[in-house]
Amino acid sequence: MKTETSAVDINRNIGDFAYPEVHVRDAGAGLSEKTIHYISDVKEDPDWVREYRLRGLKTFLEKPLPTHWASKDLEAIDFDKIRYYLSPGTAAKRSWDEVPEDIKRTFERLGIPEQERKFLAGVEAQFDSEAVYSNIKKAVGEQGVIFVGSTEGLKNHPEIFRKWFGKVIPIGDNKFSALNSAVFSGGSFIYVPPGVKVKHPLQAYFRINAENFGQFERTLIIADEGSEVTYMEGCTAPKFNTTTLHSAVVELVALKGAKIQYITVQNWSANVFNLVTKRGLAHENAEVKWIDCNIGSRLTMKYPSVIMKGRKARGEVLSIALANDGQHQDTGAKMIHAADETTSNIISKSISIGKGRATYRGLVHVPKHLKNCKNNTECDALLINATSRTDTYPAITVRGTGNAVQHEASVSQVSAEQIFYMQQRGLTEAQAMSLSVNGFVNDLVRQFPMEYSVELKRLIELEMEGSVG
Amino acid sequence: MKELSVENLHVTIADQEIVRGLTLRVPRGEVHALMGPNGSGKSTLAKVLAGHPDYQVTKGKVMMDGENLLELEPDERARRGLFMAFQYPSEVPGVTIANFLRAAIQSRLPEGEELEATDYYAKLYEKMELLGMDRSFTSRAVNEGFSGGEKKRTEILQLAMLEPKYAVLDETDSGLDIDALKTVAHGVNSLRGPDLGVLLITHYQRLLNYIIPDHVHVMVAGRIVRSGRKELALELEERGYDWAREGAAEPVLR
Ligand SMILES: Nc1ncnc2c1ncn2[C@@H]1O[C@H](COP(=O)(O)OP(=O)(O)OP(=O)(O)O)[C@@H](O)[C@H]1O
Ligand SMILES: [Mg+2]
Repeated sequence: MKTETSAVDINRNIGDFAYPEVHVRDAGAGLSEKTIHYISDVKEDPDWVREYRLRGLKTFLEKPLPTHWASKDLEAIDFDKIRYYLSPGTAAKRSWDEVPEDIKRTFERLGIPEQERKFLAGVEAQFDSEAVYSNIKKAVGEQGVIFVGSTEGLKNHPEIFRKWFGKVIPIGDNKFSALNSAVFSGGSFIYVPPGVKVKHPLQAYFRINAENFGQFERTLIIADEGSEVTYMEGCTAPKFNTTTLHSAVVELVALKGAKIQYITVQNWSANVFNLVTKRGLAHENAEVKWIDCNIGSRLTMKYPSVIMKGRKARGEVLSIALANDGQHQDTGAKMIHAADETTSNIISKSISIGKGRATYRGLVHVPKHLKNCKNNTECDALLINATSRTDTYPAITVRGTGNAVQHEASVSQVSAEQIFYMQQRGLTEAQAMSLSVNGFVNDLVRQFPMEYSVELKRLIELEMEGSVG
Repeated sequence: MKELSVENLHVTIADQEIVRGLTLRVPRGEVHALMGPNGSGKSTLAKVLAGHPDYQVTKGKVMMDGENLLELEPDERARRGLFMAFQYPSEVPGVTIANFLRAAIQSRLPEGEELEATDYYAKLYEKMELLGMDRSFTSRAVNEGFSGGEKKRTEILQLAMLEPKYAVLDETDSGLDIDALKTVAHGVNSLRGPDLGVLLITHYQRLLNYIIPDHVHVMVAGRIVRSGRKELALELEERGYDWAREGAAEPVLR
């Protein structure tokens, strides 16, 4: 057991605990219009949101599971057994002292309050369906930055919220965005005023504590003209024998000249279906950058996207996926070029261990009428064992002249000779494996913020320890 | 007894017996050269000492300072003081020499103890200088894109950094130009002393002009057929392996 607390907590062992449930609000198992009304009543939704949810439900029920291209394992999700809303029934607190004791203890074990003091500009902590804590450093708040849970954002800042909500990812984008649209709760709402550059990251921590539960957070980040913000999210859940569903929708809007960097460290336990839709809209000269690390879960399906809508907009996805035994990381990136001189960059690295499976799906779209667009795609896969599996499905449609794409892919394997060589120098097999994996992701991780890369390396070590011998 | 000892060792790979009753003792503080024709089993012996999982020991004993090595995992052997410089060192993509050696040294420290970074780098730079290596090498990935000679030098750098009790150097001289040979020999000589035993596998008498062995052994078809002082290497060069075979106590299979 590690005792030190970490910057972004992704330690599997630390995450694997659960306190008894303390929920006052419980929508019960199963999904129907009744569930929607329960959630809308509890959250005191305005009518337009209630209607939006009902449309979401309808679309969700109509759309088939995407098993014609995605994993059949999706069929293992029993939507009738899942509970769609659980909360303690109180608003998010501004001080840790006011957070209920059990919940506070959870986040203390995960090291959140300490990280907040050390290097964060603001923190939101979500426990099952709702934020239980959210706070922003005074100096940052005074610049006009808004950082609250989505429930609170909708209540207190309806004019900004409604303007952008659901505009980047429509209800019917896919079955799971429709599900999220029906039952969303929690997630962050961030607004950064024009020209404000938030120096330190804002962080949200999503914790699933309850069994047979679905977490459906909804995050909306708007960076107004010329502003800059970095957002980090961390997630954990205890190891239950039953299925847990995590199905978030994240929408980013970077207005003219703004920059958003969105960092994810996912460390789900092996019973979690993680089906997330993430998309950013980059206006003229704006930049949206996703740094996405997927570790754990039973099945992750996630393809962060950027729509480059304005001239000279930039999109970037840097991702690392680690598929351990029994896990399937189905990840990738989508870059939609919709203006001249837009550039995008995708670097994806996946590691498959044991019978783990990593799939890369990429989409790069540059229509014919555009000029001087560029895309660079690199996807590298590392196989640890002979039973490990990787697949790559790049879809690149680039038309027109003067547009340039570059695509490189590689698959490599850690050889037995390499491991023996490293063992001969004193490293255990697990240490040799994890150092090899670190070597594989090293050039990518170097581009990540410091606190984050240190933690990522530690998590990789933990994963490798668990998977060898 | 402080020695690396091999007694009546038999090793099989792919149903073929490669080492056939080999006996050898390398006391701590001595340098023993091991010579022998291609395919005689020298590298096989080295890998078996280091614990390579592909080789099967069917008979015999291998002890290091009185401890049974055959029961230990390769990394345990290494941490207890056995080092092997590989004839064909592996690449470790993306892992820099600095990070690799750091992890290797860290693995030898008691739990909870952290390697002191400044001391580490001071030592690393000192050893690199000794071996005529440019400092920029520390940030290159281990053996990735290295020339043959650079790989061999890197093996000796690791030897110098890890300070083992026994070192098996498998053809560290092959692929080295004459200046590099001198530098590497100088490096090995500077590590010689009462605390290090060396088994030096080589084809060339030339190396032994620079690293003067205490003993020379000749291995043919999986067995030591002759042992002697350093003059044996010269004699072997003159007379060839057929002569060495004739001297074997028992008939040797070819
Ligand atoms: N993994 C293996 N599979 C099959 N045969 C092997 C294997 N490893 C070694 N051998 C065989 O064992 C014999 C001895 O090989 P080894 O590499 O030990 O010789 P050596 O004395 O080091 O030769 P050289 O001087 O050329 O380096 C050779 O015939 C070789 O082909
Ligand atoms: Mg050899």
